[in-house]
Amino acid sequence: MSSPERSEIELTFGSDIGFLDLVQEISDSISRLAGFGADDLYWIGLSVREAVTNAIQHGNKQDPEKRVRIVFQLTTDRICIIVRDQGRGIRDSEIPDPLDPENLLKPRGRGIFFVRSFMDNVRFHVRPEGGHEVIMEKLRSSKNEGEENENRNSNGE
Amino acid sequence: MRIETRTVSDVTILDIHGKITIGEGSAEIRNRVRDLLQAGRKKILLNLGDVSYVDSSGIGELVSSFTTVTNQGGQLKLLSLTKKLRELLAITKLLTVFDTYDDEGKAVASFS
Repeated sequence: MSSPERSEIELTFGSDIGFLDLVQEISDSISRLAGFGADDLYWIGLSVREAVTNAIQHGNKQDPEKRVRIVFQLTTDRICIIVRDQGRGIRDSEIPDPLDPENLLKPRGRGIFFVRSFMDNVRFHVRPEGGHEVIMEKLRSSKNEGEENENRNSNGE
Repeated sequence: MRIETRTVSDVTILDIHGKITIGEGSAEIRNRVRDLLQAGRKKILLNLGDVSYVDSSGIGELVSSFTTVTNQGGQLKLLSLTKKLRELLAITKLLTVFDTYDDEGKAVASFS
């Protein structure tokens, strides 16, 4: 098997929130393989879940014919996750601030805020050929690398 | 998600088990709260100690339940937040909105 630190994994599925648990489990497995610790794994999984929920609900408007594509890219110092939908995308200025007192008690509008809170770098990109993508990265801290090394040693690597 | 209802003094406690996420019937909490209000039960404590996962939709569900109860002159409080849920409520500034307790007896006694 090639090194997990230089791998790319892709998923494509229809716009159905029934896929969310599966996507999160896959995210957890990949993040674990990339050497992230339990806390990071949890927050990466939540961020992926929120980005995919947005892609299905707001991007693809729950149209089952429209697809969501996720790409997990593993490099030596980070995981980069791209969530792509077939919608028109959203401008930063259109995203309400959930911490604004006017929005504090609104039931919706916290998904992107969570992604931004728990990932290190987040970008939104409207693709010229159509569709919208969220690109989010989580850097591996020295603590996680230590955990990874411990795991490798315990596996006899 | 599974919800069990019990009463201590005049406080209705909803013991919530499992995930509060989109697609897990998160509206169930809102519906249960609405039924309680219609039955005149306005002191409601959500016991979240056995909740395994919450996403932004789940947070929205808690907020929605809170505003529904408050708007009808009732009180809704939270019991036994997990570490992760507490963190989510903290970063969304909702810990300043909800009354939260770790001890059920103290939570029940806090209702006026």
